[in-house]
Amino acid sequence: MKFGVVVFPGSNCDHDAFFAVSHNLGQSAQFIWHDAASIPDVDAVILPGGFSYGDYLRCGAIAKFSPVMSAVKNFAREGGMVLGICNGFQILVESGLLPGALVRNAGLKFVCRSVDLRVETANSPFTSTAIKGSTVSFPVAHGEGCYVADERTLDELEAEDRVVFRYLDNPNGSQRDIAGILNRERNVMGLMPHPERVTEPLMGSTDGLGVFQSMISALARK
Amino acid sequence: MLTDSELQKAADLLGREPNPTEVGIFDVMWSEHCSYKSSRIHLKKLPTRSKLVLLGPGENAGIIDIGEGYGIAFKIESHNHPSFIEPFQGAATGVGGILRDIFTMGARPIAVLDALRFGPLDDPENGARNRRILRGVVGGISHYGNCFGVPTIGGETVFDKGYNGNPLVNVFALGVIKTDEVFFGRAHGVGNPVIYVGAKTGRDGIHGASMASAEFTEESKQKRPNVQVGDPFMEKLLLEACLEAMKTGAIVGIQDMGAAGLTCSTCEMGSRAETGIEIDLMYVPQRETGMTPYEIMLSESQERMLLVAEKGREEEVFTVFRKWGLDAATIGVVTDDGTLRVRNHGVVVAEIRNRDLADEAPIYNRPYTKPHRNVPMEGPALPGADALTSLIALLSSGDMCSKRWIWEQYDRHVRTNTLAGPEYDASIVRVKETSSSIAISLDGNGRYCYLDPREGTKLMVAEACRNVSTVGALPVAATNNLNFGNPERPEIMAQLVESIEGMAEACEFFETPITGGNVSLYNETLGEGILPSPVLGIVGLMKTAAPPSLEFQNADRAVMLIGGLGDCDNVHFGGTQFAQVIMKSMWGLPPALNMAYERSVQATIRDVVGAGLAESSHDLGEGGLAVALAECSFGGVGAEVRVESALAPEFLLYHEAPSRILVSTSNPEGVEEICRKHSVECLRIGSTVTGKLTIGGMMESSIENLKRPWQNALENMLND
Repeated sequence: MKFGVVVFPGSNCDHDAFFAVSHNLGQSAQFIWHDAASIPDVDAVILPGGFSYGDYLRCGAIAKFSPVMSAVKNFAREGGMVLGICNGFQILVESGLLPGALVRNAGLKFVCRSVDLRVETANSPFTSTAIKGSTVSFPVAHGEGCYVADERTLDELEAEDRVVFRYLDNPNGSQRDIAGILNRERNVMGLMPHPERVTEPLMGSTDGLGVFQSMISALARK
Repeated sequence: MLTDSELQKAADLLGREPNPTEVGIFDVMWSEHCSYKSSRIHLKKLPTRSKLVLLGPGENAGIIDIGEGYGIAFKIESHNHPSFIEPFQGAATGVGGILRDIFTMGARPIAVLDALRFGPLDDPENGARNRRILRGVVGGISHYGNCFGVPTIGGETVFDKGYNGNPLVNVFALGVIKTDEVFFGRAHGVGNPVIYVGAKTGRDGIHGASMASAEFTEESKQKRPNVQVGDPFMEKLLLEACLEAMKTGAIVGIQDMGAAGLTCSTCEMGSRAETGIEIDLMYVPQRETGMTPYEIMLSESQERMLLVAEKGREEEVFTVFRKWGLDAATIGVVTDDGTLRVRNHGVVVAEIRNRDLADEAPIYNRPYTKPHRNVPMEGPALPGADALTSLIALLSSGDMCSKRWIWEQYDRHVRTNTLAGPEYDASIVRVKETSSSIAISLDGNGRYCYLDPREGTKLMVAEACRNVSTVGALPVAATNNLNFGNPERPEIMAQLVESIEGMAEACEFFETPITGGNVSLYNETLGEGILPSPVLGIVGLMKTAAPPSLEFQNADRAVMLIGGLGDCDNVHFGGTQFAQVIMKSMWGLPPALNMAYERSVQATIRDVVGAGLAESSHDLGEGGLAVALAECSFGGVGAEVRVESALAPEFLLYHEAPSRILVSTSNPEGVEEICRKHSVECLRIGSTVTGKLTIGGMMESSIENLKRPWQNALENMLND
């Protein structure tokens, strides 16, 4: 499978995502520069963590204007898989590819720790190999990861089975403990925790492999 | 500020009176911070070489060979004075400064650690300010490191009233470099262009280096404009652009603009290459209008670099910086006359030989007497307090309590190399390009050094090496940060001299040469000096593998004390945490160190870990045996131990003699065998059990009862 990892100025988990899919999962990977007008020949796009354009305004608020995001929207519209991790999730909501917003953590501090998540649906290309209701542990590392949306949106997300991961011990005050969500077409997922950081035993866990393995098997089914 | 005799020396070197801009240039370059004028003759005593040292002191960072074509560049640096005046930005730019030192050599930073010292958070007079400073410093480190994308993986936080008016922020950074692609701050090649890259120059931080070389007074609060403002995003772009530009092969030399900004980078690059540099300030990118030559030369605006490119290949460099959206401008040229010539719109505004600035700074052999100390040799009688009550009090004290509140604000995993974070004796990052990992420990103990600077410093070296050995790594090199008071006071200068000599002896003995570092003097406020506070950063090498944890993992394992119970008497108990927290007193001498035995204990634990026999491994440090047993138990598996000794119970449980390591193992005979081989004492003191800690005849507690106060203490103290 061919992964493309977008590099914004200020992305800092781009190398980690690249390493996870290429070294730990043995897939092909390439970087996509933020001013690319189109997405190269890849099967999935990863928007990595970091501080795109410094994130001095609202996280992801500048990144949504970068040329590559128009290309990512087209890619998603045509059914391509898009995975936004941490800052990538923030960029997806800012770009309107996912609903809601990510605001300052309830504790008002940056928080880096391992959190337990419940897999809420296996009906997605990002969790198809997982068991619904099972628990995985991914690290979080963010200052603005509190997911908020209006009640109707939250109800809709739940009714449409679009909440993918929920925190068991909410680290940031996210509404309804939401850690990751899907778009309506289920080919775009954003989540605050970092699956790419737990894809080899040396990092203490391989819980994150499932996300990428699901994507690989989703492509194979296509 | 320059003294009269220093001003005279400058005039003699010039052969004329310096103009005001030149006085400013001499002032920063000859400041304590840039010239090491009080410490230089003593720093020469430190060992700096070994088979692995590729680059020792004098460049931006030292480099150690780790094999397979790669090296590590690392250094520690202080940002004490700015962090007192403006804690958030002071600490943030401290991180930024040391990161630039690393990547200016061509190394990509992969780890940061911090040694922090604050006044007590519950200090009756200064508590509120100390809490504000801690929050600001931690916030600043978190802000800069997290955004830049380097994991902050460890360090230490210590409290003492000696730091009430003068907190310490020492930042260690480490990067990975190809050994045949090292860049130096040297302006070679007459006719080559001198190029300025990165952030624009503003009026911030003017005279920061001079500020860092003076005591604090009431007026210091007005020095806030001397503190720089950091932009980690800009630094991240600068990192990527510099590493990419270096790959073009068009860069001859490069140096960051840190202390003394454009002044320091130009004259040092020229001096090292024995060339001259001529620049015109009209080409320097500026963010403010109407800046004078004095202000431009002395600005300490952050995130800037100076580089020398091969003539005719400037465009290759500019292309890379344009890609990353950064300013890059040719501001001058390398010349053959050894002179720093600064023009402003063509008019010469300063003209000084590079070596006069970089190498001719005055060197002082300042007088020193006996190290300052104001405590007795004999201490009060032991209080006979209940062992469990004492243990809980210790575990919830500032120095011993969990620092989770701090390190949870640091991204510890970015770059996915962190094998061990702050919850271990030493932190570990793997080097993906090789089969090796690097273990790092920052250590320092101001109370030990106050009681005896020489022995205290040796204990610090021993402890740092032991920490690194505890996770299975071989200590190979060190970087030092010497934080002291006013060197013009002979009893303070004596602390510095004795500490350096102790460090020299111990680093020689443990074969950990000092490859660079930083000296921070004048850490005084209103005449009140800090505890003598050398900090050492030790790096160790190991094959990449998961280290044993600090905490006990399974019940029914043997608990072994490698190195034995150690010895103690009243005099050597006066610097312990027990003396400080329970007896509210300090006296006597630091614990006694036998370096030969210490070395054997370290070799033993490396062999035990290497043979895979240690399920957990934790050295005894501050708080002694009882605190170490508690810390090993916080994962939920505790222990039942029994120790027989003629020592008083307080001594037995809480003395801090070095050369002792606790392991849990399913193969006690194997551990004993290795200890015998090294002639190291090995005691089987008990076995692990679930949920409680029992020290036979002295105390018994559920783990929860010990853990809760330990875990919550810092946050409770921070609540106003």
